[in-house]
Amino acid sequence: MTDGIYLDNNATTMVSPEVVQAMLPYFTEQFGNPSSLHQYGNRVGQAIKQARQQVQALLGAEHDSEIIFTSCGTESDSTAILSALKAQPERKEIITTVVEHPAILALCEQLEKEGYKIHRLKVNGKGRLDMQEYMDLLSERVALVTVMWANNESGTLFPVEEMADLARSAGVMFHTDAVQAVGKIPIDLKDTSIDMLSLSGHKLHAPKGIGVLYLRRNTRFRPLLRGGHQERGRRAGTENSASIVALGKACELALQHMDTEKRTVRQLRDRLEQGILAAVPHCFVTGDVTNRLPNTCNIAFEYIEGESILLLLNKLGIAASSGSACTSGSLEPSHVMRAMGIPYTAAHGTVRFSFSRYNTMEEVETVIRAVPPIVAQLRKLSPYWGENGPITDPELAFAPAYA
Amino acid sequence: MWDYSDKVKDHFFSPRNAGAVADANAVGDVGSLSCGDALRLSLKVDPQSQVIKDAGFQTFGCGSAIASSSALTEIIKGMTLDQALTVTNQDIADFLDGLPPEKMHCSVMGREALQAAVANYRGEVWKDDHAEGAMVCKCFAVDAVLIEETIRANGLSSVEEVTNYTKAGGGCSACHEGVEEILTRVCKDQGRAFNATASAPAPAVRPKLGTLARIRRIEGAIEAIRPNLQRDRGDVELVEVDGKTVYVNMTGACAGCQMASVTIEGIQQRIIEDLGEFVRVLPAAAMRARA
Repeated sequence: MTDGIYLDNNATTMVSPEVVQAMLPYFTEQFGNPSSLHQYGNRVGQAIKQARQQVQALLGAEHDSEIIFTSCGTESDSTAILSALKAQPERKEIITTVVEHPAILALCEQLEKEGYKIHRLKVNGKGRLDMQEYMDLLSERVALVTVMWANNESGTLFPVEEMADLARSAGVMFHTDAVQAVGKIPIDLKDTSIDMLSLSGHKLHAPKGIGVLYLRRNTRFRPLLRGGHQERGRRAGTENSASIVALGKACELALQHMDTEKRTVRQLRDRLEQGILAAVPHCFVTGDVTNRLPNTCNIAFEYIEGESILLLLNKLGIAASSGSACTSGSLEPSHVMRAMGIPYTAAHGTVRFSFSRYNTMEEVETVIRAVPPIVAQLRKLSPYWGENGPITDPELAFAPAYA
Repeated sequence: MWDYSDKVKDHFFSPRNAGAVADANAVGDVGSLSCGDALRLSLKVDPQSQVIKDAGFQTFGCGSAIASSSALTEIIKGMTLDQALTVTNQDIADFLDGLPPEKMHCSVMGREALQAAVANYRGEVWKDDHAEGAMVCKCFAVDAVLIEETIRANGLSSVEEVTNYTKAGGGCSACHEGVEEILTRVCKDQGRAFNATASAPAPAVRPKLGTLARIRRIEGAIEAIRPNLQRDRGDVELVEVDGKTVYVNMTGACAGCQMASVTIEGIQQRIIEDLGEFVRVLPAAAMRARA
């Protein structure tokens, strides 16, 4: 590792050394096309078969043929949504949430323009869904429910298993974007009513460019890419064999470390959160604090802006991310923070720290020492901040002419 | 992340004139709520000379917002109010050795704070007159509001026209889908039709040549090549034009030359270029064989 402190594991993760080891031969001597009959192809075919079983084990899928390798989480999401619409042309509605990843939201926006009806479930201040609203929307007009398992920004978990049960009893297909959940919390798909699930390799210490769509047996399906017979014709295109092998290995490791995530990683996260909240006034944790991923902590630092915090953290070698508008290049702060009703002055100052099993308590202590002076330094520049605290009645005392 | 210049980084990490000026007599508050930036500029102006003696800023914003604020105070200190009012947002960006296109609004905010502070000093009310929309064209930093207003005001109906008026879409062309969307919406509002094909280059329309003109054009092409052949003691004569096929006789040294077929290909290429249509050039022997 480099000498920085990497706390941005919800963005992407380091590829585990064991994973790199496992995949390297598939760039060199194991170059065969898994579809070929000869020994070159056959050996790669065997390796892919093993990887499929490793993914199956982590997801608790009933059959390994329910695992379809794709190029990324986004492809899995698009495949799931477009398949549900194509397979059930008489159904013209989709239920999703306002806090989904752009991989879902942007496609839904496009479908809306093409005439589909998109229902976006709202969240409350803690990022929780209203189940009554959801149940009222389920009908035979709905082609698909697509709801993320865990939110990438706040880590908030949605009750997808319960929601999938409700969807099934209403005869509606259910998909979950689980790219943030897989590898961080135990999943056992065979005991759920989830029909489709997306995961992304690079979120769990596999490389970028490999994803999976879990497709429950007997779920009606229409491929996104047609062509060769790869993935049983459900995702044509020559297999990315090295990355598939890598993802298999990463899933095996994730299963082994599930307890580490639950205990050690959570301890790191809790210590950081408690340390920062104790040292910095006027900051709070966003999302559903009692029901979230063990590795994610999203703190809103009021009256200052996230990109500035990140730049100063980066100067100290600490990597995190922010829901501020300025880090994304868009003009709006994070749609997730907005959906939870977090005021602008706080939404722009949200910083997400996301851990992996490669982080240490020592790193956490360094960050706890680093954050308070950075926040204080930026607040000194802020027009919303007085000598020793926020100015009284900030709305009145500082009311700029807004563009 | 952003590609900030060293100057931007310097002014962000060590901002100049941070904080409010103690006995300020001019204050300008501006901001863009949705974009998350807000800036208070405080000035101490000498009433006699109208010179800005001191300037300070308080900024709620990203790295480039803080750097732009810092740069602004450095630029205007020592200027008279009238001189300061000539400072443009481009001056602020230039002072910082440039800003990423998405961040140009930070320099705009600096200039607006200055205008607001001067208005405040002079007892006037400053009104912000520009609305800001989502960035559509990143190559030329053109936002949705400007594009929409330009389409509306000028009755534009194609992406190409939008590019001509605003520059939007003139670079990488990745934003054309976004521009088309705005066009479709505004054109519908105004009861016009968005012209999707106007931006594509019109297919070249060539006047159809008459038989005689066509043969003359072919002769002309052959005449142009003839000197090259004669230099090698060869020659060529046009025998017949039959639709898309041109028959020639290779004579002199060309007759029986091993390179004759290459030469014929060269003649064919030249005729195609001059004629603007595909033709096949064959030795006259082929015509006799076909007959």
